Amino acid sequence: MAYYRSTVLVSMDPVCIDKGALEIKQQLIKELALLNLSEEVQVLDSPRIGDPETDGPDILVYPEASHYIQLTTSTVGPIVMEHFVKGRELQQYKAQMRDVTDEELSEPKDKEIRIILENIGKIDPRNIEDYIAVDGYQALAKVLGEMSPEEVIQTILDSKLRGRGGAGFPTGLKWKFARQAPDTPRYMVCNADEGDPGAFMNRKVLEGDPHSVLEGMAIGAYAVGANQGYVYCRAEYPIAVSTLNIAIEQAREYGLLGKDILGSGFDFDIEVRMGAGAFVCGEETALMASIEGSRGEPRARPPFPASKGLWGKPTNINNVETYANVPKIIHRGLEWYTSMGSEKSKGTKTFALAGDVAHTGLIEIPFGMTLREIIYDIGGGIKDGKGFKAVQTGGPMGGCLPVSDLDLPVDYETLGAAGSIMGSGGMIVMDEGTCMVDIARFFMEFTQDESCGKCVPCRVGTRRLLEILEKICAGKGEEGDIEELQELSEQIKKNSLCGLGQGAPNPVVSTLNHFMDEYKAHIFEKRCPAKVCRALIKYEILDGPCTGCTVCARNCPVSAISGERKQTHIIDQDLCIKCGICYQSCKFDAIEVN
Amino acid sequence: MQSVTANEEGTTLGIREIVERIGATHADLIPVLRAITDKYGYISQPAMEELSGLMNLPTKEIHSVATFYRMLSTQPRGKHVVQFCESAPCHVVGGREVFAILKQALALEPGQTSPDNKWTLLTTSCLGVCDAGPVILIDTDMYGNVTPGQVKEILSRYE
Repeated sequence: MAYYRSTVLVSMDPVCIDKGALEIKQQLIKELALLNLSEEVQVLDSPRIGDPETDGPDILVYPEASHYIQLTTSTVGPIVMEHFVKGRELQQYKAQMRDVTDEELSEPKDKEIRIILENIGKIDPRNIEDYIAVDGYQALAKVLGEMSPEEVIQTILDSKLRGRGGAGFPTGLKWKFARQAPDTPRYMVCNADEGDPGAFMNRKVLEGDPHSVLEGMAIGAYAVGANQGYVYCRAEYPIAVSTLNIAIEQAREYGLLGKDILGSGFDFDIEVRMGAGAFVCGEETALMASIEGSRGEPRARPPFPASKGLWGKPTNINNVETYANVPKIIHRGLEWYTSMGSEKSKGTKTFALAGDVAHTGLIEIPFGMTLREIIYDIGGGIKDGKGFKAVQTGGPMGGCLPVSDLDLPVDYETLGAAGSIMGSGGMIVMDEGTCMVDIARFFMEFTQDESCGKCVPCRVGTRRLLEILEKICAGKGEEGDIEELQELSEQIKKNSLCGLGQGAPNPVVSTLNHFMDEYKAHIFEKRCPAKVCRALIKYEILDGPCTGCTVCARNCPVSAISGERKQTHIIDQDLCIKCGICYQSCKFDAIEVN
Repeated sequence: MQSVTANEEGTTLGIREIVERIGATHADLIPVLRAITDKYGYISQPAMEELSGLMNLPTKEIHSVATFYRMLSTQPRGKHVVQFCESAPCHVVGGREVFAILKQALALEPGQTSPDNKWTLLTTSCLGVCDAGPVILIDTDMYGNVTPGQVKEILSRYE
């Protein structure tokens, strides 16, 4: 094969052709020939490089990756002369580095390690060239060219990669089971139904680095022997869906998806399927039912999807983040990967830090970091100088951990033993102004609403739990309520069909374990210590500080505040809906919550 | 959103066009129902019957799927659909107060439509913009960091 010192890619996007890309290419070949460079510089057609509307016609020169834009036949000559003869880039025709900074993702903090999030904000997710430039699809090429499916599975087993959707099942083992299933065809599914409130790590990956997920799926498909894949993405993420579709189309154009990938004889293609708003569809059997076009109701396992999944065929299902790990493991090697994390959980995990913490947002940490390090060193501690009360991990099926658990290392086993779960990566920090009974009630409202209704323990059990919690928050709690909550939780956990029901009591059980005093204060003293539960608090205007400025009265949405100008105002407790607007709007701290 | 009743000929044609564009297999049912909801605001009984013929599925199966998913509606909705994110991150940063005011300002409970058909109030699952909570979504406009005091002003932008 001839050796070229440089390669010029000419964008052959229809818009670029319309703007004269063919003439540019002819001119380029002519200029190179004139300078006797035809043997040294190769000219190739390329799909879209930059944005054809603003940049076209444009060329990309490798190995420097210089992007020259808005070319005309008269600018080709100077570029050839400067770039290939003098070895200088001609700045006036070069594309300016486009700023793809990401407002949602701040600079990594000192203790973070970013693997999954590393490309986000740095590459253009809608341009496959950007991903390829950061070694994208090298792992797929390596796998298809040098490794057998068994070797790929063994590598993933050795990496100790575990499911990032929350359950932490070893990914390599899942692949092995699917590979061993005798039936065909086999399917590859990516669970992008990120429904846990407060968790948006997967959305960020899909919108910022979609090819890492597609590459991981293709590698997995080769390992298990699947030729068709589906990404099941929740409908609340329209931008993720459109980014994915663009990425899939570009990967097909480059021969990285579709028939005979990279000339290996291996076929694999991916389709995006959208949900229609049902939290339970994140459960794998419900997800498959939804892809098939039915109600997203879970079914009993076994049979597991690895033997009977989509349309009754062997199916491998992994989460977005799990797939995104795969190319990194293959490309950078086991030694690098297993150097991060704790004994049983290798690598990193992304979290969405939310709630009353100074710096909210996405973070990525190696397994084994303590909650304290996450909340204080990375999250900057509690907002407004308040005290820490609890951290809720694992989404609505997770638990609340108190201050005494702050030094626990974050990994699957430790969080499980402490009565919470790893979950997909939601982490909600709560300050001392949070009522834990209200939080338990709140989460139960969520699971009750999202219960699909198929099995009785979940459908009826969560409703009973919610009713008791509502009663307690309304100041009508009574002797025996706590015992009933405990008994019900036990039954629901034991008898529910899927993870939603089995995990539903976790917020109740963990708050009962760690914040029993608060439950007792509500039930026996009719008092909400955090001053949150509306039935147990009242807003009152203090005689001294009130200047009679009328701001509260004017802002009250139910006109419950009366009083003359410059006279102390009064809140009519019968009309008050306890919205707290008066409390927020008073400039003289004259309103008190009791 | 058009106010077309499903028994009009136009709707039949519209539904036929949607099925032709998306597909008629069972796996296409959810995308088809979403397209119908987007176009007509809801999935009417005649629309389900029409679909049943086109997709060769029993009406009860279509009804069962249409009533399962939050984004599909079998009831007409108001001119503006107000969705409030009730998720935990929004809840702990003051969402509860905002929601109380919102319900009061619209005089609606979640799931209800105002008698003048102007508003439908719904709760939505997490929209993944938790950095900016509390969040209100009105039609396709998203409002973040909403305070109770802003609710009336936001609603007044809609006619």
